[in-house]
Amino acid sequence: MNLLETLRVAVRALRRNKMRSFLTTLGIVIGVSAVIAMVAIGEGAKKRVEESFASMGSDLLIVLPGTTTRGGAFGGFGSMPTLTWDDLRAIRAEVPSVRAAAAQLRANAQVLSEDQNWTTSITGTSPELFDIRVWPIGSGALFTASDVDSGNKVAVLGKTVSDKLFGAGTDPVGLTVRLKNIPFVVVGVLAPKGQSPMGQDYDDVVFVPQSAFLAKIQGGLQKYINGALVIGATPGQTTRAERQISELLRDRHRIAPGGDDDFSIRNLTEMADAQQQGVSTITTLLAAIAAVSLVVGGIGIMNIMLVSVTERTREIGIRMAVGARPRDILAQFLVEALTLAVAGGAIGVVLGIGGGRWLAAHFGWPMLIRPDIVVVSVVFSAVVGVAFGIYPARKASQLDPIEALRFE
Amino acid sequence: MRSLVQLDDVTNTYRMGEVDVHALRGVTLSISDGEFVAIMGASGSGKSTLMNVIGCLDRPTLGSYELAGEEVSRLDRDALAAMRNRTLGFVFQSFNLLSRTSALENVELPLVYAGLSARERHARATEALTRVGLGDRVHHHPNQLSGGQQQRVAIARAIVTHPRLLLADEPTGNLDTRTSVEVMALLQELGRDGITVVLVTHEADVAEYASRLVVLRDGLVKSDERRVPRVARPAPAAEEAIP
Repeated sequence: MNLLETLRVAVRALRRNKMRSFLTTLGIVIGVSAVIAMVAIGEGAKKRVEESFASMGSDLLIVLPGTTTRGGAFGGFGSMPTLTWDDLRAIRAEVPSVRAAAAQLRANAQVLSEDQNWTTSITGTSPELFDIRVWPIGSGALFTASDVDSGNKVAVLGKTVSDKLFGAGTDPVGLTVRLKNIPFVVVGVLAPKGQSPMGQDYDDVVFVPQSAFLAKIQGGLQKYINGALVIGATPGQTTRAERQISELLRDRHRIAPGGDDDFSIRNLTEMADAQQQGVSTITTLLAAIAAVSLVVGGIGIMNIMLVSVTERTREIGIRMAVGARPRDILAQFLVEALTLAVAGGAIGVVLGIGGGRWLAAHFGWPMLIRPDIVVVSVVFSAVVGVAFGIYPARKASQLDPIEALRFE
Repeated sequence: MRSLVQLDDVTNTYRMGEVDVHALRGVTLSISDGEFVAIMGASGSGKSTLMNVIGCLDRPTLGSYELAGEEVSRLDRDALAAMRNRTLGFVFQSFNLLSRTSALENVELPLVYAGLSARERHARATEALTRVGLGDRVHHHPNQLSGGQQQRVAIARAIVTHPRLLLADEPTGNLDTRTSVEVMALLQELGRDGITVVLVTHEADVAEYASRLVVLRDGLVKSDERRVPRVARPAPAAEEAIP
């Protein structure tokens, strides 16, 4: 008896008890669809984290000035400027694994156009920052190193600020905005970047040369940088750059071995990895819980196959009497169990993808269907079908034909 | 002529609960090609067990059984299945047709396990059904057929593989007298065409249609005699009365 013939007989037997067959597959259907939906949503979340970290810039390090200690109370990072402009120059010049470095000074201020106003974050920096953060210009141009050197009052707007002040669709290049009542000429608008991993709008920002920032927006100490350093490491050398910068700064700040750093370095690649790992763990957990229901579905199949073998004892006897070998009977019931499981798996795939889409649309979650997970789920349900079908099938094949024929 | 069935001192013992049942205690029997043998005996005489042994559904506990030159007691389950498939045909008292399956597919069943193609199965099953007079009922299901018709489907299934030996276990047990005669006439006709028929029955008038009568008692052959069989003459057009 060939496989196709066996399959035909199996499908026919299952169609005789449509309701029962359907209910039996339900366990597998739920298991497979749950696995697929869970993994799709988990992968979607992972991808979103990945993308948002990528949008911050790759191989990124942020150096923050250190803490002050007054009477045992730590002031927290950034409470006192400890980084100097000389430190920045030294990092640029002396650390080989650093591709580019820029200072980032921040203040919140109101920005005015002719007829609108908007309060946003003003960042004073140098042009390297845009390169480090992989942030292309949308229209116009970035300000230049000579703008920084001569303290020109020019500004590069984030897309959100541009839209708020001039209306979407208007190109403000060449127009003037007023910061603290001082006119700045808009030289460019950045391409939109979207949200940070913490949900903050990257495009809600105005960039000005650090010299103009210090002179007109928020004065600072001559020697110290009242902000953070943003470092772009050579690709793949982020960890080495972190170590080298740390050594350099400790040396420059004359910190004795064993003493606490008066700065801190944030490695964003590591943060991204940690976040992704968290998401992966949750995805795996959810998928594992869903997979349990696949096993429960398999038990359901075994149960119904055992009932079926008992019900059809006489049929088995007849088949044996006319020449079915034990392996023919085994194949018949095994293929039946397998058909149930694979049919359940196929329905589960459709429901899982549909359900995942629905959840994604309904709750605004990102989702990503991995074809390998779909294949694995179907294969796994087939394995469940065989694993739980083998016992009833073996039982059927080992029946004594005389007993089976006598069965009422 | 070489014997088709050769039993030598066959004993068969099986356990039923706590006790050993000695169903056959040393049966020696030889059946040649073309014979029409009736096996009779009271219930418990071992005739069903003898039928199962001859039909390769059971093996002798002791002794030797040769069927068509093969020593059956040495065959494994697969070889026994092949023997049942190729050399034997079964007809049972309760017909044993697959329900919700057409007459044609019931008759095709042994050919499925013989590995024939669908086309060939179809042709041979149709031929067998025509031979038993049911050429016009191939697509009927068992529940749409009368008892006599169902038994004829079962006979068609038994002969579709062109077996050498047809085993009929109380084939008329569930049939009325008139239908019984029809079934016996069919078996006699098959016998005339060269199939060896072994018939197990407890009804003396059914056994009269056989050319040889073997009587069992307590697991032993009590008598074995040849005689002139009664010829089954079915009442004409009897089957027409049943829709």
